Amino acid sequence: MPKRTDIHKILIIGSGPIIIGQACEFDYSGTQACKALKEEGFKVILVNSNPATIMTDPEMADRTYIEPVTPEMLEKIIKRERPDALLPTLGGQTGLNVSMQLAERGILDKYKVQMIGADRRAIKKAEDRKLFKKAMQKIGLDLPESGLAYNMNEARKVANKIGFPIIIRPSFTLGGTGGGTAYTREELEVLALRGLNSSMISEILIEESVIGWKEYELEVMRDKKDNVVVICSIENFDPMGVHTGDSITVAPAQTLTDREYQKMRDAAIACIREIGVETGGSNIQFALNPDNGQMVVIEMNPRVSRSSALASKATGFPIAKIAAKLAVGYTLDELPNDITKVTPASFEPTIDYCVVKIPRFAFEKFPAADPTLGIQMKSVGETMAIGRTFKEALQKGVRGLEIKRNGFEGIKYKDKAELEANLKRPNSERLFYLYSALKDGYSLDKLYELTKIDRWFLQNLKEIVEFEAKISEDNLLCAKQLGFSDRQIAKVLNCEEDRVRGLRKKQNVKPVYKLVDTCAAEFEAFTPYYYSTYETPFKKIGETSPTSVWRGGQGTENTEDEVRKTGKKKIMILGGGPNRIGQGIEFDYCCVHASFALKELGLETIMVNSNPETVSTDYDTSDKLYFEPVTLEDVLNIIDKEKPDGVIVQLGGQTPLNLALGLEKSGVKIVGTTPDAIDRAEDRKRFAELVEKLGLIQPPGGTAVTVEEAKRIAAKIGYPVLVRPSYVLGGRAMEIVYDDKSLEYYIGNAVWASPERPVLVDKFIEEAVEVDVDMIADGETFCIGGILEHIEEAGVHSGDAAMVLPPHTLSESTINKIRHYTFCLARELKVVGLMNVQYAVKNSTVYILEVNPRASRTVPFVSKAIGVPLAKLAAKVMVGKKLKDLGFTKEIIPKHICVKESVLPFIKFPGVDITLGPEMKSTGEVMGIDSEFGRAYCKSQLAAGQNLPVKGTVFISVKDSDKKPIVAETAKKLKSLNFKIFSTVGTAKFLADNKIKVRTIQRVSDGSPNLLDLIREGKIHLIINTPSGKIPRQDEIKIRSSAVAFGVPVVTTLPGANACVTGIEALVKGKLEVKPIQEYHK
Amino acid sequence: MKRAILVLEDGTVFEGIGFGAGGEAFGEVVFNTSITGYQEIITDPSYCGQIVTMTYPLIGNYGVNEEDIESARPFLSGFVVKELSAIYSNWRATQTLDEYLKKYNIVGIQGIDTRALTRHLRLQGAMQGVISSEDFNLEALVKKVKESPHLVGVDLVKDVTCKEPYDWDGGLRTTDYGRYNVIVLDCGVKYNILRNLAKAGCKVRVVSATTTAEEILKLKPDGVLLSNGPGDPAAVTYVIKTATNLIGKIPIFGICLGHQMLGLALGGKTFKLKFGHHGGNHPVKDLKTGRVAITSQNHGFNVDIPSIPRKDIIMTYVNLYDNTAEGLECKKLKLFSVQYHPEAGPGPHDAEYLFGKFTEIMKKNAQKD
Repeated sequence: MPKRTDIHKILIIGSGPIIIGQACEFDYSGTQACKALKEEGFKVILVNSNPATIMTDPEMADRTYIEPVTPEMLEKIIKRERPDALLPTLGGQTGLNVSMQLAERGILDKYKVQMIGADRRAIKKAEDRKLFKKAMQKIGLDLPESGLAYNMNEARKVANKIGFPIIIRPSFTLGGTGGGTAYTREELEVLALRGLNSSMISEILIEESVIGWKEYELEVMRDKKDNVVVICSIENFDPMGVHTGDSITVAPAQTLTDREYQKMRDAAIACIREIGVETGGSNIQFALNPDNGQMVVIEMNPRVSRSSALASKATGFPIAKIAAKLAVGYTLDELPNDITKVTPASFEPTIDYCVVKIPRFAFEKFPAADPTLGIQMKSVGETMAIGRTFKEALQKGVRGLEIKRNGFEGIKYKDKAELEANLKRPNSERLFYLYSALKDGYSLDKLYELTKIDRWFLQNLKEIVEFEAKISEDNLLCAKQLGFSDRQIAKVLNCEEDRVRGLRKKQNVKPVYKLVDTCAAEFEAFTPYYYSTYETPFKKIGETSPTSVWRGGQGTENTEDEVRKTGKKKIMILGGGPNRIGQGIEFDYCCVHASFALKELGLETIMVNSNPETVSTDYDTSDKLYFEPVTLEDVLNIIDKEKPDGVIVQLGGQTPLNLALGLEKSGVKIVGTTPDAIDRAEDRKRFAELVEKLGLIQPPGGTAVTVEEAKRIAAKIGYPVLVRPSYVLGGRAMEIVYDDKSLEYYIGNAVWASPERPVLVDKFIEEAVEVDVDMIADGETFCIGGILEHIEEAGVHSGDAAMVLPPHTLSESTINKIRHYTFCLARELKVVGLMNVQYAVKNSTVYILEVNPRASRTVPFVSKAIGVPLAKLAAKVMVGKKLKDLGFTKEIIPKHICVKESVLPFIKFPGVDITLGPEMKSTGEVMGIDSEFGRAYCKSQLAAGQNLPVKGTVFISVKDSDKKPIVAETAKKLKSLNFKIFSTVGTAKFLADNKIKVRTIQRVSDGSPNLLDLIREGKIHLIINTPSGKIPRQDEIKIRSSAVAFGVPVVTTLPGANACVTGIEALVKGKLEVKPIQEYHK
Repeated sequence: MKRAILVLEDGTVFEGIGFGAGGEAFGEVVFNTSITGYQEIITDPSYCGQIVTMTYPLIGNYGVNEEDIESARPFLSGFVVKELSAIYSNWRATQTLDEYLKKYNIVGIQGIDTRALTRHLRLQGAMQGVISSEDFNLEALVKKVKESPHLVGVDLVKDVTCKEPYDWDGGLRTTDYGRYNVIVLDCGVKYNILRNLAKAGCKVRVVSATTTAEEILKLKPDGVLLSNGPGDPAAVTYVIKTATNLIGKIPIFGICLGHQMLGLALGGKTFKLKFGHHGGNHPVKDLKTGRVAITSQNHGFNVDIPSIPRKDIIMTYVNLYDNTAEGLECKKLKLFSVQYHPEAGPGPHDAEYLFGKFTEIMKKNAQKD
């Protein structure tokens, strides 16, 4: 069936900001879909509020709306664009939910927009627990015993019937938000209530727990002719009970016989047919009783998912791209397999390697969060590794995680009880406890009993541990085949990593690169998508060469390597590895842009990265893709093979930047700003010299290795001080300290300062305005990309702060000063490429806080705000092009206003305080764009999920030092907008003194009824609550945390509150309008 | 750990570690791309005379169980894997793959670069080889390989067919069981064909490949199934003769070698594929409906359907990988056959409906009589 001709314009909804459970995999799938549909001649209308996505690049769609992904805004866009069809299955759960709302509100019918791929009925059948259960029973598939509840009474009844432990799953949420496992009645009370609250339709499924069963997933695709194929099977290392996003997962399934696998395949096919997903991909999860093979269906996602992105990268089969083409009428057999070119997409990929995905967590950022892994997802990113064996892939995966581990290693523990508790209770470090337990001689049976992790996986771990003890200079090939890194080997041999590398090379123990080809070498593959492995050599009798090392003495020994070399000039781009807080999609965006830009110049591009969620690891993005950990060893190995003409390290975030010096030392040519200049900016001492040389001002400070030293510095510069470990990312462990006592605590307990790990102590400039500048230079021309003013005062990490471009309160002279300083720095550092500078402005003094001679988190935002692809330009200047020739020499000051707002993961960590500080906590960002600040700010809040109210009640409670005129002004404005104001005693008195009438309510600690009750009852519509000090009072945390749980917008800073009210004002004045990005930059 | 080597007739040598039985094993080296199903592959009589390389590198993970067998014992010559699992983990498993192969005296080798070997076979074509854990003299081994019996022109069916006829009474019986009497001409039949026939309502009697058409017709069956089997179809002249004498007299269903037998019996030709089809993911298009089935495949030869002189023979299926013929049918003669394996074992169940189609033809034929 050829492509449909009755539709011309297709609307694609993106997934919005990166949050836990919904990361850049949906940029990957959305970008593929946009490309695929445009290629077919369709007009594509795209909506996504996340500016750090490739899909929102203006050339990806015909009309790109960087607007909040809400039904109200979508209706406006539909009204304006009148698309023929909506493709709801590529924008994650957000896209799916909004599509459903559009359908249910009759908007799609009103404007005659048809859903393609999956329609409303199918989506409902898959998402609605009741309908899903009925559908599965109809086709004879088992589900865990379960019942639905719509209130607490029903919940108790169902739970009693099933018996504990039970799983609570709210309907219509993503990443298991609001779900949990209740072992007792008391836990049921808490979890069921939370679940009811987080479900869009206040519905929870209470389900028999199949904890400890084996968990599997199948990725399935279906076309209009009802052809169904399974793309990939995935077996979870962590058994049932841990969300699959938090599990280590392995592809393909390892411990199923063909009979069992085919039974599962039949079930998956029956499932997609019964649910009625007409075309596209779905993901179906199964649990299997390890004792008798009883199989139950857990759930089905009627859309592309995180797992389908993983499956695409694991097999080379581009699920999202094919899904888009199937949605417009093609059938699988009409589409080619890109990799083999000669065979069609109607097949099932078969692989000849093992893929391991390991999640990346961020519990260090949320010390108060419960680190136990359960059915609600908590990880913030993931890394994937490919090896010829599970052992090799697992070790590569661990070192690709960038958690300072070189492979499968152990962890310190106090006693057996602690060890066993951590084996039994799933947690982010369980893998390392397993190492320690194996080292301590725990048997497989005992470990199985504790963890329920399949013995096959445990046996493989055991083999790694056992071999490690035997590593010697004589068995390096074996060690490498088991995935040991040079660093691990060096540790055993008690030498430096360098020496191991040398030894290996001397013995000719080098990696070979094999192709991911969808077909296990049955056909020739054309797409250069590689992974490394260490293979056993083979030989041909009779052929000899001087390098012969064959043990038998006859013939030449060879290992097979599939890298195809061209004579072209080539540039290698190092990616950022797994997403984490502080290093996310923004950097991948920059790497992808570099690749596109260099391709435009006719250069060959080589991408190295290990993050399966990204566009950079799409085999379509670069000329060559190496799916490898971004470590010095792995990168040098690829460089040995490819001998690139230059390597770009400044676009992938801190990960590649940290490799710069090591690469340079090994003779690698780093293009762009030199590693020495990078070091001058990063090394504290050298940076101070730089600032002094240029006559700029830095907040006073010093470096301390003891508490006393730190106190001396603090005494000299005066409190408050900003303390942090040197060389940190994302403000890791950064804090503002107000007195000696807190300083002692910080240095003694939080960071353990030592001569190797000094602590930086800087004067904290209070109530300053912070400014971020992104600029680009080619060595001759220096040009500002954008100046961003933070909305929150200095002290909030720039990754968490809301920002506005162009600045809205700074004077022209201050801005000019900032420009001047920026140019001075760039000139001195001889920047070639991008540079980001952070300033604090107080009383027109401009302090330099930080210089990063690399791409920053704000580059994509700035690029979209000014309509110039900065990262692309940067890549081009790094290879010698001049800005003059590229046509970018003058700062662009847009007429519109752009607001960047951060999105925080607190909903996943109940009970954790949500206030912002110098340590970055946000997972993603959104952009609000409009002609004036109020409306742009409004849009940014809406996009970030904060529903600014236009009427109702506002709760205001601020700390004493905040009881200033600005609070009174804010309250006055709210009053004039007809809001009611509630306050606690102190704030109420202050406002009353300023002639503002408010209602006083008692403190939470004084008993009910209090604010918490009001929040629960939905009677509070906005909360303005500034924290009362470093150690906030318990009731404040409770207020903010329950506001998050109940979806009430909370503002924790005064400037934030002020911006909020400006936004509300704009909202009251008139409705928000939409406009595509292409029109802003006409 | 004992040393073992794999030597191909072109002089390529892979050094690895032996498992299963020791000794020397000769055969045509082929690769199979199925991720699961090694036990079925090992017990599939069609692999008689072949050394099978699994392209999936991790083999033996789920051990060997009592049920997933396709014949009474392994028939292949040797087995090549990248990494053999030291333990098994599956609730049905009763022994390790290593133990199983030892028991049946099958030579295995592990630890070699199976992807390099597969690519070599893809580029150079399937070729003769030896796994040896005794003789390590390479020149001598190459010579022995060259002298060992090759597949073309050799009748391997006689080595795998049953000696005595038997009734199939195992597995997958339904309430329908016994509605049709089917004779299975055993050229090396896989149990899953018998299981599927039983499930489709057939009473199954398996007879030796040397059984003549007259002997079969004397049993008054409702239909005959020409089974899969090893080797070069052209060498199995007695089955071709039997097929020729059955055509038109009774509904016939041919699978794999059985399909080739029909093709030859209808006057067509067969030819050898460069490296054959061995795997569980081949897309086959039904030329009538346009729908695609993912199929299990295991054949080195193919029927050249246009070479069949009869005009009423139609090509029913085509392989979308290489456009080779995957099936033929003649309504008038009440026969149809497929090159692939609708019985799966291992592989997807997409084409299981063909057994139902066979009973439909038998039903209609009975009504006409």
